[in-house]
Amino acid sequence: MSNDKHDHKKDIDEVSGVETTGHSWDGLKELNNPLPRWWVWVFLVTIIWSIWYFVVYPSWPVPGGATEGTSGYTQFKELAKNQQEIVDRQAAYLERFEDASFDQIMNDPELYAFAMAGGKSAFKDNCATCHGTGAEGGKGYPNLNDDDWIWGGRLTDIHQTLRHGIRADNLDTRISQMPAFGKDGLLPRGDIDAVVDYVLSLSGKETHGHEAHGAQVFQQQCAACHGPDAKGDHEFGAPNLADAIWLYGGEREDIFRTVYYARAGMMPAWEGRLDDNTIKQLAVYIHELGGGEAVSPDEGMREAAPLESPEYEKTEDIEIGEDAVAPQPDAPVAQDIEDNLEEGADAVPDTEAAHE
Amino acid sequence: MLQYFAKQEKIYPKRVWGKYRKLKWLAMVVTLGIYYLVPFIRWDRGPNAPNQAVLIDLHGPRAYWFNIEIWPQEVYILTGILILAAIGLFFVTSLFGRVWCGYTCPQTVWTDLFVWVERIVQGDRNARKRLQEGPWSFEKIWKIVVTHSIWLVIAWCTAGSFVLYFNDAPTLVQSFFDLDVSPTVLGFVIGLTASTYLMAGFAREQVCTYMCPYARFQSAMFDKDTLIIGYDEKRGEPRGKHKKGESWDGRGDCINCSLCVQVCPMGIDIRDGLQMECIACGLCVDACNGVMDQVGRPRGLIRYDTTNHMEAEVKGGTEKFRFIRPRTIYYSVVIAIVGAIMLYALIFRSPLDLHVLHDRNPVFVQLSNGEIRNGYTIKILNKTHEFQTYSLSLEGLDGAKISVRAAGEITAEGLSVPADSVGSYHVLVSADVEPAEPRDVTFILRSSDGAMEDQYESKFVTKRER
Repeated sequence: MSNDKHDHKKDIDEVSGVETTGHSWDGLKELNNPLPRWWVWVFLVTIIWSIWYFVVYPSWPVPGGATEGTSGYTQFKELAKNQQEIVDRQAAYLERFEDASFDQIMNDPELYAFAMAGGKSAFKDNCATCHGTGAEGGKGYPNLNDDDWIWGGRLTDIHQTLRHGIRADNLDTRISQMPAFGKDGLLPRGDIDAVVDYVLSLSGKETHGHEAHGAQVFQQQCAACHGPDAKGDHEFGAPNLADAIWLYGGEREDIFRTVYYARAGMMPAWEGRLDDNTIKQLAVYIHELGGGEAVSPDEGMREAAPLESPEYEKTEDIEIGEDAVAPQPDAPVAQDIEDNLEEGADAVPDTEAAHE
Repeated sequence: MLQYFAKQEKIYPKRVWGKYRKLKWLAMVVTLGIYYLVPFIRWDRGPNAPNQAVLIDLHGPRAYWFNIEIWPQEVYILTGILILAAIGLFFVTSLFGRVWCGYTCPQTVWTDLFVWVERIVQGDRNARKRLQEGPWSFEKIWKIVVTHSIWLVIAWCTAGSFVLYFNDAPTLVQSFFDLDVSPTVLGFVIGLTASTYLMAGFAREQVCTYMCPYARFQSAMFDKDTLIIGYDEKRGEPRGKHKKGESWDGRGDCINCSLCVQVCPMGIDIRDGLQMECIACGLCVDACNGVMDQVGRPRGLIRYDTTNHMEAEVKGGTEKFRFIRPRTIYYSVVIAIVGAIMLYALIFRSPLDLHVLHDRNPVFVQLSNGEIRNGYTIKILNKTHEFQTYSLSLEGLDGAKISVRAAGEITAEGLSVPADSVGSYHVLVSADVEPAEPRDVTFILRSSDGAMEDQYESKFVTKRER
């Protein structure tokens, strides 16, 4: 480009006869062909469009938001509208779902899908905190995918657990309490170790050889709730000790702690916090995670009991109350163990040596 | 003074007779015939599918093309069609120049149709020009009103035909008569009517020159053996008026009648050489041949020819038209490969597709009896038009038990999927295995009549990866 201020001559391209812009890049020059006029009209139309858009839609930022366009449109309103549409769509199902028994839900593809979708969403919002997003649980928090149930895995059982919780602040909550055999001095150390040996032996695990004595102690102290075969009882929330699943761990140390200190997990009651339909959806969802139980082994998987069956309202009356396990802090062995435990986890496997 | 914006010079293409004009009429009848009539072709696909031969069902969502049916996940077939169309265009262009532009491009065809309407109502080039440039009169008003009315009717039919490809044609036509069409359909019809009217009635050659990218990169496909429209300068120059009986010695054959310019729909002078605007329609060839016949000179002063041949003639030699060149070979090979892949995809298109998604959370579940369980979501694509029942089995895991989680009593032997839809089931597989690295398993799905089968490979996870 020429910097000579006096050079105002038009630069005409020889080949095309068109004026150039005067700019030159390594000898290449840009022709200054005029735009077609209709192009101008396109520009004008876009400008008119932008004015229209300014007026009709919220566009001008003002403190605390933006001007409200004449159409009154905002994305918040659109979101609210879309959400209302979903609620309206759900209403059609809810009406049927509300009156349906579990039996009907499990056999109606529409209601089933509705329950699963609603349950999945409610689970992630309310239950995943403890049970995990995939309901896989963790130590002390049951895995809901498996077929091991403490308080029962039938639809009605799950529904009751959801409504009233476990050891929760609810009149009908599920309550039971395992005695702290060591801490409260109910059993001497030797018996506890023997019972631990016996429980380990049920799963074919390595023991210290006292399972025969342990079996005797078990029948006297534990069989009332866990059953003579140690397979547990849903009525008392007593876990099956003979299966491959351990809520608090299946190692010697874990089992010893359980017998010594007892365990008492807690689950909140969802009645009043979630609406009835959501709890119902959750019951179906959890049942269908894979471990749900049928009403009884003789009946088909899907023939669940009606929602309001008599047993459903039954309150669990557990004999073993807090009075039954009177604390005995003076028991020497128990004190010994407690000291050991405070020193660290490593101390626990040594308990047998202390006993001898 | 520098001009910032150029007014569009209206072009009044003159009527012409000849070989290429005939070809252009034929191309117009064929392409418009296909466009307007194809939606009405019926094709029986049985009770559970539409009976329209060519239909894009956006709600389905399915695309139907005679006996071919495409699901959304088979959109690669559309990609294949687009690749074939593009390479086919390059191939034809490298051989014959821009014949697509000249004969079959919708912009050309509809513009040609609109110019024809203009001529029927207003007369040929000179009459139209006179009318346009003359003062307003009753004649001018009614002729313009009639022209534009016919244009709008054609544009409306064009838009109407477009929406027929997306709906059942007879039903939609009926609903047009009943004045009962959805806002969506109406919106498309109004929009496409407007665009057809504007593009073919007003924008015309501006589209080719300013909007179409193909006009700009056509030269990339050209070489010296590509047929282009060329003016034989050696024979034509020096041009000049010629009176009957005068000698042709010492002068060119071009009598400067300017007919080649008058018939050109792009408004260019082909005698200036190959230009970006030229759409290779050959109307100037027809016009010039007619003139040459009248003045008694040989045809072909303007003709389809290759640059190589023209250059050879100047030197007194001759050059054959070469079909087989590296460029055409490349294009043919690409077309053959893509075509073969598509043919394979269409011929071996399975009426059944199985997809298996392993549960992510939890990856596996320990069962109380010591078994390990994995969950899978299986998706069954039933592409037939009948209700089907399938049986799912598993290979690679001894003693595996499959159970299905769904409403009602459903087993792995009785997975049903309605016609032309996707069925989704949650399947649990449990087996008594030792924790180890993930095992390879294969799901096998067979239709109950045993005619269809599909497999899907997945994993069976038995321990947590640390």
